[in-house]
Amino acid sequence: MGNTIIEKIIKRNTGAPTVSPGQIVTVNVDRVMIHDIFIPFVAEKFEEMGFTKLWDSDRVVLIYDHLVPASAVEDIRHFKIGDAFVKKYGLKNIHRNDGICHQLMTECGYAKPGDIVFGTDSHTTTYGCVGCFSSGIGYTEMASILGTGEMWVRVPETIKVVIDGKLPDNVSSKDIILRLIGDLGADGATYKALEFSGSTVEEMSVASRMTISNMAIEAGAKAALFAPDEKTAEYSEVEFSDVDWIYGDEDAEYCRTVVYKAEELVPVVACPSQVDKIKPVSEVGGTELDQVFIGSCTNGRLEDLKAAAEILDGKKVADFVKLIVTPASRKIYMEASKAGYLKILAEAGAIITQPGCGLCCGRAGGILTDGEKILATNNRNFLGRMGTSKVEIYLGSPKTAAASAVAGKIVAAE
Amino acid sequence: MEKFTGKVWVLGDDIDTDIIIPTEYLALPTVEDMKQYGFSPLRPELASQIKEGDIIVAGKNFGCGSSREQAPEIIKALNVKCVIAKSFARIFFRNSINNGLLLIENDQIQEKVKEGDTLDVTLGESVVYDGREYPIQPLPQNLMDIIEAGGLVEAMKKRNGVK
Repeated sequence: MGNTIIEKIIKRNTGAPTVSPGQIVTVNVDRVMIHDIFIPFVAEKFEEMGFTKLWDSDRVVLIYDHLVPASAVEDIRHFKIGDAFVKKYGLKNIHRNDGICHQLMTECGYAKPGDIVFGTDSHTTTYGCVGCFSSGIGYTEMASILGTGEMWVRVPETIKVVIDGKLPDNVSSKDIILRLIGDLGADGATYKALEFSGSTVEEMSVASRMTISNMAIEAGAKAALFAPDEKTAEYSEVEFSDVDWIYGDEDAEYCRTVVYKAEELVPVVACPSQVDKIKPVSEVGGTELDQVFIGSCTNGRLEDLKAAAEILDGKKVADFVKLIVTPASRKIYMEASKAGYLKILAEAGAIITQPGCGLCCGRAGGILTDGEKILATNNRNFLGRMGTSKVEIYLGSPKTAAASAVAGKIVAAE
Repeated sequence: MEKFTGKVWVLGDDIDTDIIIPTEYLALPTVEDMKQYGFSPLRPELASQIKEGDIIVAGKNFGCGSSREQAPEIIKALNVKCVIAKSFARIFFRNSINNGLLLIENDQIQEKVKEGDTLDVTLGESVVYDGREYPIQPLPQNLMDIIEAGGLVEAMKKRNGVK
């Protein structure tokens, strides 16, 4: 009997002769990520537990992103506590102004193919884009990993998702993951892993795969994995021959298989206020907007900014619509600047912000009030996430967002 | 086995962590400061109405969304005795175990129970409502070990010899 990708990674990590769903195993953690919101709690629990040193300071990454730059006085306390923790325990991997944690973890090479990584954020599933088993946990468990380097996991069943064919021009990986979440439901993959394959996936950039693995948690998934290929090896700076063991075997057991034909997919949006409330753009077309947001760890990468710039080139954002653009990292910001995308976006009337979590988690830069509507490229449209509980949040792709910003209402890109 | 009786608050499906505690309150210094905002996007008055020993009955996928551990902590700080739901989201489930918040998975009671009713719970055995018994599935031993230690912090203290 063969293995799925996540079973292979757990097997190699634990040295267990066989691994099957339902089994509870203790894994050796390759890397952990803590962000600014939770560092005070992690630090407190770590010391309360009686630990006096980190199990391995090289394997710990601290990233300030949700609160950067501070928009409330209380936020600063998090940086102070984080900085003190860094100094006290000799933490080397610290990013204070470089971008969103989930972008930086693969961009800086902290999460590599075959690794097991945990982070204090639900969107930690993102690193599955390079064939890494990564998942979100709370701060108490993070504190225990910092001391022990270990974590218990239940080996999950795997849902196989196969997408074959060529995507229509106005459809992107965001539309695929939204459609899948709609089909599975917000709890359709709870406790399970997703594994993606097919010719559409093979053609996709690592950045597009990242959008998919980022949002897998919105169907409840524990992880969302892609087999690494030459593109992954180049991005992660590893030899492909070292990671070519990471793929789902032909005879692996999957609890469910979902198949899509790329040519049949259309631009979709998640409607307020559930991520699984998916409708084709054609059905909500004409919904008037107050704001459009392009960015986040879901869709703030160079190809997303490029897609937006191509649509907005020589055009203007509609009157009364605010377009907010947030690159996912400083590196992407600089690349987009060099490529001229930021100039195009600015000329079209976009407000370009610093890289960070800002608007996506409703803390800064563009919150809305009762009755207002936003189309956003991030991963959540929960009640009250971007302002009051009567804000209507639609989620869509960067192409849909850019076209809608020009139209002033929800429309698909041409 | 521990037995208790509690008054019921009924919530729906997919109660997410942004509903349980919105991100804007996460930078408040303590869970005690945050707890008044529990469930505020959905029911702003709920946090002040919940009394010690009450029980939350909800639908599927309770606690979906972010990894914020304040979600189970706030429910515990509001003195809710346990949450009974059709299913729980994965991270919320782990966080609740680690903080000693009692969760019971049951997918039948929701159709019967109304807000303000009372339920009788016998841990590890059953929930009784209106004369009918709903069995509770036992947890795996490794999770019971954490709960029996009084949560993950206590389990780690024991490991590290902290009094």
